[in-house]
Amino acid sequence: MSDLRVEGLTKAYPGLPVLDGVSFDVDTGEFVSVIGPSGCGKSTLFDVVAGMERPDSGRVLVDGKDATGRVDPFAYMPQQDLLFPWRTVLANTTLGLEVAGMPRSEARERARALFPTFGLAGFEDARPAQLSGGMRQRAALLRTVVQDRPVLLLDEPFGALDSLTRTGMQTWLADVRAGFGWTVVMVTHDIREAVLLSDRVVVLGPRPTTVRHEVVVDLPRPRDLATTTSVRFSEIAAELLGMLTLNAV
Amino acid sequence: MVHQRAPGLVSRADGLAQIPARAHGRADSRARRPRLARTETPTRGVGVVRRVAPPLVLVVLLLVVWQVAVVAFDVRPQVLPSPLRVVEQGWAYREQLWANTLPTLQVTLVGFAVSLLVGWVLAVAVDFSPWLRRALTPLLVVSQTLPIIAIAPLLIIWFGFGLLPKVVVIALVTFFPIAVGLIEGFAATDRQATNLLRSMGASRWEQFRLVRLPGALPRFFTALRIGITYAVTGAIFAEYVGATAGLGIFMNLQKNSFRTDLVLAAVVVTAVLSVALFALTYLVERLVIPWNRDV
Repeated sequence: MSDLRVEGLTKAYPGLPVLDGVSFDVDTGEFVSVIGPSGCGKSTLFDVVAGMERPDSGRVLVDGKDATGRVDPFAYMPQQDLLFPWRTVLANTTLGLEVAGMPRSEARERARALFPTFGLAGFEDARPAQLSGGMRQRAALLRTVVQDRPVLLLDEPFGALDSLTRTGMQTWLADVRAGFGWTVVMVTHDIREAVLLSDRVVVLGPRPTTVRHEVVVDLPRPRDLATTTSVRFSEIAAELLGMLTLNAV
Repeated sequence: MVHQRAPGLVSRADGLAQIPARAHGRADSRARRPRLARTETPTRGVGVVRRVAPPLVLVVLLLVVWQVAVVAFDVRPQVLPSPLRVVEQGWAYREQLWANTLPTLQVTLVGFAVSLLVGWVLAVAVDFSPWLRRALTPLLVVSQTLPIIAIAPLLIIWFGFGLLPKVVVIALVTFFPIAVGLIEGFAATDRQATNLLRSMGASRWEQFRLVRLPGALPRFFTALRIGITYAVTGAIFAEYVGATAGLGIFMNLQKNSFRTDLVLAAVVVTAVLSVALFALTYLVERLVIPWNRDV
């Protein structure tokens, strides 16, 4: 696992400036959430960091080395689970490894080992349609982390879930993460989720966006649902909400 | 469930076309799907009966009315033979009918194979090259505005009475739905899915092989069904214009000798052939994309 530096990213589409010098750091093993008003350019920022789009200026550094426009240091988890119905759950989770050229048996062995941790044991040969929403999302996360890339990029990973499943997934992720030490950047628009999971939260301003504020979440770990009712949790959430709605109509 | 099945085959085909969109639907609607699939299995036999029975009843009813009308008004068989007479004469001429069915089937299959090949090559080429997409799409549409009825005799002049002009007619009639179904199927790939593959470092070819191709298959089979129904009539038409054997030329000859009953008997054979090929596509579909059943 490694650290990530994002330096002064700018990006404009014809007639539409989106990123206006976005900079932030993520330390090794740190969980950082990026929140911002809807339409502020979170997705564009993600596409640029993930190497899917080139920035107009600025750099992305992983472990101090230039990774601008490169996809290989990042494992990317999109908003939708995007499990393919023609593949079994196991074959879905090994997709990234197959693309990377790993022999199929080795890839399967590696993914299979993670199934119990992800609450998917016994569903290796099931079809995605047979999984519940939460299980699908865990399978998508498994497909992401099994690639063993330095940085995980999660784009609103639980956005498509109902609120009960979502809460369950958040506490589950908080638990699982503790055992792995992943370096994670997560885009979300759920302040509660950001505070519960993160070590630090980066707040973006409206488009063209730039980093408006950073909050260190100094809540003790392990965190669970009780954490969300603590006074400190409410203070941090209130601070973030204040920054988010600043100057908003 | 009953409501979905009642409209029959066409609505099933429509449903298939939507599957790529549904497959990436929201998570909350997913949890319910397996349950639906399970309750569906025991009723599958009943479902087939429900689907086949209504058109069968209707056909029988129409045949009865037809038979009664012909007898009651004493219509001459040259004008309109009774259904019984069609069956009777068709059976009496079964050897001749069979001898003419085989060449038609052969032409249909060869023509459709060529059509599939052309459709796939075009669709894959268009998917890989934006330039080709812009260049070919209007031409594909133009190819469908050609009046085949005027072109077919020219094809006979150019290529003779052999297999080739008929194959060309069938391919011309059927490659379009196949090519368009595939092109749209490839293009319907979720942008997010493409991004996911790119983030994994997949090349364009790998994206095609791993996502675009399998994702397009449900649509392909819908297109295949449209194509195959045109294929048999296309073959009949091509033979009608000029051939040495086949159901088309058989119909033409019988019409000229006022054997309306035998023309209709050949029509029945044509219909049976089309329906059989149509049904075959479902079988192939189940073998090729079994995953599409429980979605």
